Amino acid sequence: MIDNPVQSPAIDVRNLTRRFGDIIAVDQATLAAEQGEIFGLIGPNGAGKSTLIKMLTTLLPPTSGSATVAGFDIVRRPAEVRRRIGYVPQLLSADGSLTGYENMLLSARLYGVPRAERAHRIARALARMGLSEVADHLVRNYSGGMIRRLEIAQSLLHRPKVLFLDEPTIGLDPGARETVWDHVLDLKASFHTTMIVASHHMDEIEEFCDRIALIDHGRVAAVGTAAELKARVGPNATLDDFFIQLVGSKTETEVERGYGEVRRARRAAREHG
Amino acid sequence: MVRSDARAAQPASMADESVGRTLSNYATQTLAVAAAEVEKLRHDPLELFTRAVQPALWLLLFGGVMAQVRGVSPGGLPYLDYLSAGILAQSVLFVAIFYGISAIWERDLGVVQRYLVSPAPRSALVMGKALSAGVRALSQALIVYLLALALGVGINLNPLSILGVVAIIALGSALFSTFSLIIACIVKTRERFMGIGQVLTMPIFFASNAIYPLSLMPAWLRAVSRANPLTYQVDALRALMLVEGASDYGLLLDFGVLLGATAVLTAIAAKMYARMGY
Repeated sequence: MIDNPVQSPAIDVRNLTRRFGDIIAVDQATLAAEQGEIFGLIGPNGAGKSTLIKMLTTLLPPTSGSATVAGFDIVRRPAEVRRRIGYVPQLLSADGSLTGYENMLLSARLYGVPRAERAHRIARALARMGLSEVADHLVRNYSGGMIRRLEIAQSLLHRPKVLFLDEPTIGLDPGARETVWDHVLDLKASFHTTMIVASHHMDEIEEFCDRIALIDHGRVAAVGTAAELKARVGPNATLDDFFIQLVGSKTETEVERGYGEVRRARRAAREHG
Repeated sequence: MVRSDARAAQPASMADESVGRTLSNYATQTLAVAAAEVEKLRHDPLELFTRAVQPALWLLLFGGVMAQVRGVSPGGLPYLDYLSAGILAQSVLFVAIFYGISAIWERDLGVVQRYLVSPAPRSALVMGKALSAGVRALSQALIVYLLALALGVGINLNPLSILGVVAIIALGSALFSTFSLIIACIVKTRERFMGIGQVLTMPIFFASNAIYPLSLMPAWLRAVSRANPLTYQVDALRALMLVEGASDYGLLLDFGVLLGATAVLTAIAAKMYARMGY
């Protein structure tokens, strides 16, 4: 593939495959997301959503196939990809034994934000995410929603072209979920950031994503807008109906928890999916 | 193709500038990882004190008893002087060798993934972690110095000597923490690591000149000890830390062995650390 950051789609995935021994976690996945799009990934636990995201964020090398992110090949130019993406993993990535500000500073330094701009950008990102007041508190004392907002703030410091959000609202109560989404939409409006969002919450996926891909058994089973996907089932179908028809099981719900429980929940989610 | 042509067309001065920026970014990224460690210690300094117990026991109990044995004065040094450099090396080793545990812990949490999706080169991250271990090890050194002074050990307080000790401690902890990181990348769980850490620490410690000279050893053990980097760390520490201390192998060889081993291990660890993101 040719590296062409200007015209190419935000992500362009072709026959991407990842095996773990005999298990095929992602099987010949092909899809593309346009610049500025909020692209949803849905699918049951273990369907391969996280593995797909890990390959696109260069954390995991693919077994075969190819993909470009922000115009750069994930295998041949991983450093260029990393410079242009943000990633909020399903697991807890903020360090609980540091303050919010210290977490931000670590990210700013790792991403090469110029020294003269660090304090300003950190203050702005914290303010945008509503965390200015708690910047000097240890993150282990944050609520689940605050941690998520901090993680999003961290991944914004270098102004990524593509932001990957893996289960951004897992373990959050409805209020905190709404706040997270408000911020995500605000980012799209302000910076035209492309977002790839994996989630189990059909309601939020339907409400906020421009297009949706259903991943099942490692394959891209369907791609389209929420309306297109629902229309496949019937006139008054919901996205849940579509999901159940294709996958044959229901989705789950979550409740608000603190640092320790979020940690356990996300660990468990990783181990099972 | 298109990109490499564009790069070739860049004037030389621009290329120089970008090399300078890459290097300064590299330093910033390495130091960022270590700075985070310093901040963590500042928030929770209790660990520093609990870690002081072990060197204190070695110096007070083991050193106290052994000093009573007639004729134990290796290299003409009082045994307690001889031992203090070995115990300093030991506390650095113990801090460093269990450093892989924190890497596994960070992997389980997800913090490692954040490091790995950043544009920071893997080797900068590994070196940052190695420096972090050095920070902890230096706090140990302070405690051993205070204990040794209180016990009447002839400590060399010349600033240059102290600087040399700091350099050796930084190198030694970088070496063993990177070694530990490599093992962590292989075993991947804390439980397995704990077992292996115990198995490794004791041979590294006893097959060295930390608490007795190599001349007392059977030939095979002496050969093992000569290949053990800890021996060179202790040798350099004795020369730099003690008023009457001297190096058996020469400081140049000591520094060379430590630097060389650290460089090789860092290169290996940088390759393996990426696997922590899987």
